[in-house]
Amino acid sequence: MYTVNNKYEVNIGLEIHCQVISESKLMSGSSARYGGTPNSHVSFYDAAFPGQLPLINKFCIEQAIKTGLGINATINKTSHFDRKHYFYADLPSGYQITQQFAPLVGRGTVEIVNEEGVAKSIRVNRIHVEQDAAKLIHDRNPNFSYVDLNRAGKALMEIVSEPDISSPYEAGEYVKKIRAMVRWLGTCDGNMDEGSMRCDVSLSLRPIGSKTLGTRVEMKNVNSVKFAVQAAEFEAERQAKILDAGETVAQETRLFDPNSGKTKFMRSKEDAIDYKYFPDPDILPLVLEDGLVDKVKAAMPEMPDAKRARYIAEFGMSDANAAQLTSDIAFANYFESAVKSCPDGKSISNWILGDLSALLNEANSSIEDSPVSPGALAELVNIINDGTISGKTAKDVLGFVYTERKSPKDIVAAKGLAQISDTGAIEKAIDEVIASAPDNVAQYRSGKTALFGWFVGQSLKALKGQGNPAMVNEILKSKLG
Amino acid sequence: MILTDLTACEALALLEKKEITATELVSAYIAGMAKHKELNAYITETADIAIAGAKAADERRAKDAKPRALDGLPIGVKDSFCTKGTLTTCASKMLYNFIPGYESTATAKLFDAGVAMLGKTNMDEFAMCGTGLTSHFGATKNPYSKAGEFLISAGSSSGSAAAVASGMCIAATGTDTGGSTREPASFCGVVGLKPSYGRVSRYGVAAMASSLDTVGIITRDVADAALFLKHMAGRDDRDPTSAPREVPDYMKSLNQPVKGLKIGVVKEFKNDQIDPEVAAGLENSIALLKAQGAEVVEISLPHSLVAMTVYNVIFSEMYSNMSRYDGVRYGFRAEGPFASLDDMYMKTRGQGFGKNAKRRIILGSTVMNEKYLEPLFFKAQKVRRLIANDFSAAFASVDVILTPTMPIPAPPRTSPLIVNDSYGTWFDMVALVNLAGLPAISLPAAKTASGLPIGVQLIGKAFDEPTIIKAAHALEKAAKFDNRPSTLMGA
Repeated sequence: MYTVNNKYEVNIGLEIHCQVISESKLMSGSSARYGGTPNSHVSFYDAAFPGQLPLINKFCIEQAIKTGLGINATINKTSHFDRKHYFYADLPSGYQITQQFAPLVGRGTVEIVNEEGVAKSIRVNRIHVEQDAAKLIHDRNPNFSYVDLNRAGKALMEIVSEPDISSPYEAGEYVKKIRAMVRWLGTCDGNMDEGSMRCDVSLSLRPIGSKTLGTRVEMKNVNSVKFAVQAAEFEAERQAKILDAGETVAQETRLFDPNSGKTKFMRSKEDAIDYKYFPDPDILPLVLEDGLVDKVKAAMPEMPDAKRARYIAEFGMSDANAAQLTSDIAFANYFESAVKSCPDGKSISNWILGDLSALLNEANSSIEDSPVSPGALAELVNIINDGTISGKTAKDVLGFVYTERKSPKDIVAAKGLAQISDTGAIEKAIDEVIASAPDNVAQYRSGKTALFGWFVGQSLKALKGQGNPAMVNEILKSKLG
Repeated sequence: MILTDLTACEALALLEKKEITATELVSAYIAGMAKHKELNAYITETADIAIAGAKAADERRAKDAKPRALDGLPIGVKDSFCTKGTLTTCASKMLYNFIPGYESTATAKLFDAGVAMLGKTNMDEFAMCGTGLTSHFGATKNPYSKAGEFLISAGSSSGSAAAVASGMCIAATGTDTGGSTREPASFCGVVGLKPSYGRVSRYGVAAMASSLDTVGIITRDVADAALFLKHMAGRDDRDPTSAPREVPDYMKSLNQPVKGLKIGVVKEFKNDQIDPEVAAGLENSIALLKAQGAEVVEISLPHSLVAMTVYNVIFSEMYSNMSRYDGVRYGFRAEGPFASLDDMYMKTRGQGFGKNAKRRIILGSTVMNEKYLEPLFFKAQKVRRLIANDFSAAFASVDVILTPTMPIPAPPRTSPLIVNDSYGTWFDMVALVNLAGLPAISLPAAKTASGLPIGVQLIGKAFDEPTIIKAAHALEKAAKFDNRPSTLMGA
């Protein structure tokens, strides 16, 4: 069990905000794509003009339902939207539409594996749907701040956990698991760098064995897995110091500084903002039509654990490969696309996770942007398996496919990389090698069989590396006697 | 013939017969607007839009194309309706320069039906008051004011009611959150119809308290109210709270017998708060309806006594809707430089909102405090349900409910009621209707000894506008209230 100073256990709860993947915003028809010229994805509603009214985007609701089903949560047939008020230039109407009192998704669970290798369930209290705020730009002009409303009103899902997380490591694992899950389901791109997934961490300490939770401190702006771990570690130590000194931890909100890895004071409980929550009178209660949840369920992709078992059974791939391919939907999608034109899933998996991943990593690229299409990789494995090229040549071919973006067959043809499997050509090359090295032939024949490797090497060299190695072996053996 | 004395239905008949042109009609009203400027009924006059609209209507009629339902009728539009390309201020400095790029659904439907817009009518700032005195552009004077006198028009649709009463438009849109269409109609001797919540789309109308806000119409008589409602009502996909219900032909409710119609009179509203002349006006209305065979039944609305308290809490939704006026994206922004964003907000909102609006926003902010949500707001919502239940119980035994619209006739602006801000209890009988989401119509049914109009209100079941129109039309014919502008203002 993770403890601090051998005295305290920690309780961590996370609120993860996930930007919903959707064509349009939560309450308007404006584009919800990332980026765009500032203020180009804005309707009168998004800019909170007088008399504009919200219209729920059903697709965003389905995305949240899908996410809820991904953690086996209760989906509430009736939920409603509330207003949360504060004045800031990133909030055009002066209130955020959220679900404070009756969220769309109720209790669910997320399974993680802790640092001791033990499986553990983290309870999720709720997932509610809400609007994102606009982006403010402060560094263009010393006297002005600029407002970009493109992000204003995009749909967010806020996934709120119970304080079941008991170590910084578990916090990291939980974030990773949520990120993999939303990416898997296609409900959020999980891109923490671009802010499409953001995280607030709450942490409290209590004496080991105590039944009551300690005073909770909330940390804002924790926007990567690494930072979640760092913030929890820093805060656990900070609170332990306070408690060791016989003082009490103040209930407050702190800001995580990614540069220093520390948290700093933001506001106390007394300064907590009065958000003046109340049910939004412009939006009727959201009542899910009969069959909607089943429809969403039917459209869910095969979940990672099921997929992993199937890959092992169907393709005979290693457990490690199956686990890696199903760690990220992008890998799984790539794999499944490739095996459509090549039945050798086991080899495909090796190539994806081996050489192709190496090339992608080197270029700091990802499988989604791979210059080698799944079809090309399938073709590569096919021409290895039919003897057109050797496995060794295939590595070079992959490199060329990657840089030149041509099909493996075209590369092989253009560069003359096809393996030589012509008995006559191989025999001719071997005869020349044997003729040029009478001493070695004599030594071999007198029992120094270790020289066989040298003959293979020379023969392949004579064949410019394109000789079919199996044939070279066989012919050499018969000729050397 | 005095063109500005014509009702909309009369004018349409003459236009059909080509006895008058829309251009003549509109011109007569433009002349009326010039003549009665001292009433301050309009914030923005749009004579060019009206003339263009009239000419287009005349051309359609000349070509014998099928004329539109309201082709060429000159109307006023309350300044809280967003009108594309036309200044829309909500009578506030906050929106002194705001020109919407979109059209409210209600006015879009009226334009589609052929109306010619004469201008944007004055109102209480952001529709937040019931006096007609709180506009940034000055108070609206009641056309019933005698020389040297300034009677209040009531509000918030003050300009709309004053304009219809004085021959400055044939009809005008209103909004009604707690009586804002019916109160000025009552004080100015015209008809104010507040439809059921959800009957007319709120899209494009600046919101005040969203769950109470409705779009209404102010006309010279009941038939005109029926005519206009027909062309404003209906489901609108841009307003999720608009009802997906068919719109009946309200004109079919006119000239129907009221024999056997059960009319409820509210026990709780017979009290000493009500001016004796108003009480007598109500009695007279009861008698006129009885004479036509209607049955009068006393009913009880027990929670009506706390209606204003509940209303004032629910009304705090307004606090939320007013938050968007912050000087960041449109409208008024105070002069900089500012020490901070908060400084800009405070200066902008401090200077942009009038005194009454600020007071209401501060009150709303207090009521909406998180710690009062449960004991105040949620509780008020529960009592609101009880009020609606009171009505449901009453409507089990009656078809419509008859009350005075206002407990007193129009007072002068110097009245202690106004000066001391003690007019809050005026609105019990009208605000109650908004809390329950019901339709109601105010019509002038009698006059005081000094000639001021007394309005009565008929309340119906939700979406039963046809029955209140039927009863109001029967009462109107019997009451014979003369509200021709020429009688009031001189020809």
